[in-house]
Amino acid sequence: MYGYAGTILRINLSTGAIEKQPLDETMAEQYIGGRGFVAKLLFDELPRGIDPYDEKNLFIAATGPLSGHLVPASGKTHFGAKSPATGGYADSNMGGHFGPALKYAGYDVLVLTGRAPAPSYLFIEDGRVEIRPADAYWGQGALIAEKNMKTELGEDFQIITIGPAGEKRVRYACLSHDFGRQAGRSGVGAVLGSKQIKAIAVKGTGSLPVFDLKKAFEAGKEAYKKVAAKPGFTEWTPEGTAGITNWVNEVGVFPTRNFKTSFSDHYEEINGKAILKKLKITDKGCYCCPTPCGKYGHTKTKLGSAYVEGPEYETIALFGGNCELKTIEEVAYANYLCDELGIDTISSGAVISWTIECFEKGILSEKEIGRPVKFSDLETVDYLLEKIVAREGIGDLLAEGVKKASEKVGQGSDVFAIHVKGLEWTGYECRNAPSMMLAYMTADIGAHHSRAWVLGHDMAGAWTNVHDLVSGGGTVERQPQAQIKAESARYVIDSQHTRPLFDALGICRLQLMELGFEVENYVELFYFITGKKRQLGFSAGAVFHRTHPIRSQRGLFYPQGENGAAAGLVLRGQGLGCQWASHQRHPGSPGARRCGRCTEGRRRTGRLIF
Amino acid sequence: MMPTVIHENCSGCGTCKLVCAMENFSAVQPARALLRIEGRFPAPGDYQIHFCDQCGECADNCPVEAIVMESGVYRVDQALCTGCMICVEVCPKGVMVEQPGSEFPAKCILCGACAKICPRSAIVMPEAVTA
Ligand code: SF4
Ligand code: SF4
Ligand code: SF4
Repeated sequence: MYGYAGTILRINLSTGAIEKQPLDETMAEQYIGGRGFVAKLLFDELPRGIDPYDEKNLFIAATGPLSGHLVPASGKTHFGAKSPATGGYADSNMGGHFGPALKYAGYDVLVLTGRAPAPSYLFIEDGRVEIRPADAYWGQGALIAEKNMKTELGEDFQIITIGPAGEKRVRYACLSHDFGRQAGRSGVGAVLGSKQIKAIAVKGTGSLPVFDLKKAFEAGKEAYKKVAAKPGFTEWTPEGTAGITNWVNEVGVFPTRNFKTSFSDHYEEINGKAILKKLKITDKGCYCCPTPCGKYGHTKTKLGSAYVEGPEYETIALFGGNCELKTIEEVAYANYLCDELGIDTISSGAVISWTIECFEKGILSEKEIGRPVKFSDLETVDYLLEKIVAREGIGDLLAEGVKKASEKVGQGSDVFAIHVKGLEWTGYECRNAPSMMLAYMTADIGAHHSRAWVLGHDMAGAWTNVHDLVSGGGTVERQPQAQIKAESARYVIDSQHTRPLFDALGICRLQLMELGFEVENYVELFYFITGKKRQLGFSAGAVFHRTHPIRSQRGLFYPQGENGAAAGLVLRGQGLGCQWASHQRHPGSPGARRCGRCTEGRRRTGRLIF
Repeated sequence: MMPTVIHENCSGCGTCKLVCAMENFSAVQPARALLRIEGRFPAPGDYQIHFCDQCGECADNCPVEAIVMESGVYRVDQALCTGCMICVEVCPKGVMVEQPGSEFPAKCILCGACAKICPRSAIVMPEAVTA
C-alpha cells in the first residue's frame, strides 16, 4: 500500500504478546490514518464502560499516509485512548520525529493493551520489538529520562517519555518527545503511565513505498518553494505561535486571571518578541518542517534556570495570562516545570488559576492549600505543580482537573471552573468570540482549538490565515461586540472538517492555518505518494459528540473584566444556543449523525469522507 | 566548491536527510542520508550539521584504495570496496555511512540537493556546484 508502512504493531503488555498485523486496506481507504485510525480503532476495540485506567483501555499511536514523506511538516503523530480527563474519546497530536521513525521502522500504528507487570519501556528497532525494564528511568522527569535514554540507546532513537505526572496518573499528564514536543491534551500520558510504560523508543532505518517517486520528489521540492513564497514564511516563522499574543490581547480574547478578564497589561513582556529577546537559542522544528515554530532557549528566574522549548502561545496564555506571570522568563520556567513533570501546560495553567480564584474567594483556605496562593507568583505555580504531580494534599484534588475538583469543592466554584466535558479551555477567552465558543462547546475531546479555530470569523468576519489576520489587524482599541452571525455555525463546521484532514494525513496544519499554504497542494502530493486520487478539503471525521452544560459557567452570563477590548461584554446565551442547534442539525455535523440522547461514552464513527 | 554550513540556522527538521536519500538512492529512507544532523539537547540546546568536507581521511585509511578523488569529490568504488567499514570508523565527521541493505558504505558526492531544499538556509552551496 503506497505511502503507508503497511503494518499495525500490537502489544499486549499484560501477556507480553507482540503481534504484527497487516494494515487493512479498507481501513486505510476509509479512515486514512492518524486521527481517523485512532477513532476507528477505539470505536471497534475499546470495551464500553471501562475506567480510563482499566488495563483494558487502549493506547494508540497512529501516523498518517503522508507522515515521513517529503511533504512540508510531515512529522505528526496522533495518540488516542479513553480519556482520563473527560471519560470520553481522546486524541492528542504531537510533532517532532517520532511518527516518521515509527514508519521507517515498519509500522503505521502502535496499539497497546493491558498493563506491564512492572515499570517498562518499549524498544523498537525496525523488526526488533522488546518490552524492557524501566526501573532506571521510572520516577525521572520526562526530559531527563529522554536524555538518559538517548545516552543509553543512541542519538538515532526517537523517544516519547512520560514524567512523574503520568506515573501518578494526573488526569492531564502529557507525552513528551524531542525535548519540548508534547501530546499535551486529554491525559494520554496518564494512560501510558497506568500501563506502567515510561517510554517508547523507536529507531527506523527502512524505506516507505511511493506510487510515483519521481513525481513525488519533484512535487515535494516544489511544495517547499511554495511555502517559502508565502509572506508568513519570513514574517510568521521567527516568533512562531507566540506571535499572535498581541493581537489576541488587542481584540479581547486573551484569558487573564482565570478567564475573568481578557486583557493583559504586561503582554509586551510575555509575547513572541520577548522570547526572541530574552530566551531564544535556536529555532526548532518538527520533521521536514519548513517553518519551525519551536523556539528553544534558556531561562533564568529566582527559582532557577533551565533550558526549555517554548513557550508557545497556549502556554503564554495560560501561564502569562491566566496565572499572570509577569515576565517571559517566568512563563518559560513554568513551561519547563510542566515539561519535566510531564503535565499539560494548558490544563495545569487553568487548574492553578482556578485554585487561586478559590483562595481569593475564601472557598479554599490557606490550611487546605498549604500556603497562600496568588496570581503573578511563580512560587505559587511551582508549589501547586509539585503538589499536583505528587498528588499530595490539595494536589490530589487538583490532579483531577477543574471539573472534578469543583464538583468536590462545591460552593459555586463550578461557575469559574472553565472547561468543556472536563477538558480545560485553551488560550482563547470567548465571551467576545461566539464562534470560537461554539467551537469549544462542540469539540469532541472537550475544549480544544485543535478541532476548530474561528477567531478570524469572530473578529474579522472572514476566514483568513493567521499571519494575514494578525499583520493586518493593527491596534484595535475597543473591539465591537462580536456578533453571533447566521454563518457562525457554518464556519465552525468548516473548520472542524478541514482540520481533521491534517490529523488524518499525519502532517501539521500550521502551514495552511498560519501561512495560507493551500489545501490543493496536498491533493497532488497525496496522489503521487499513495496513488489515490481524492478530493481533499471536507473530511468528515468526529466521534463522541455531545452537548456540554456551558450555561453554568462564567463564559455566558458574566460580563468580562474592567479593561481591554472586550471589557464589560457579555455573550447572549440564546443566540449561541440557536447556533449550537444549527451546528447540530447541519448534515456535516457529527452531531447530526448520532441519536439525540447521546450519553457519555456512546460513540458513532462516521466514515471519513474526503 | 565546498558548501557553507551555518549551524545557527538549522532547526533540525531533517528535510536535507530525506532529500539526500531520495536524490542519491531513490528511496524515502533518511537512514541512508550522507549528512548528519545532531541535536544537542537539553544543553547547549542547538543543532550541529555534520557534512563531508572531502578531507580524504577515508581514502587515506582504505586498505584497498577503493576511495578515489574524482573531479573534486572522493567516491567509493564499489568494484574495489570490500565492505570492511574502516572508513566509517575513521571519518572524523561520522558521515561515511553504512547503508541499510547494502554491503558498501556511501559518502557525500556534493550533489547539492540538501542545500537546495534546506528551508532555513543552513547549508548553502556555491552556485557552480548546485548548477
Ligand atoms: S509549524 Fe511547528 S508544529 Fe508544525 S511542523 Fe513546523 S515546527 Fe512542528
Ligand atoms: S534541512 Fe536545513 S534546517 Fe533542516 S535539518 Fe537540514 S540543515 Fe537543518
Ligand atoms: S551534497 Fe548531496 S550527497 Fe552530499 S549530503 Fe547533500 S544531498 Fe547528500
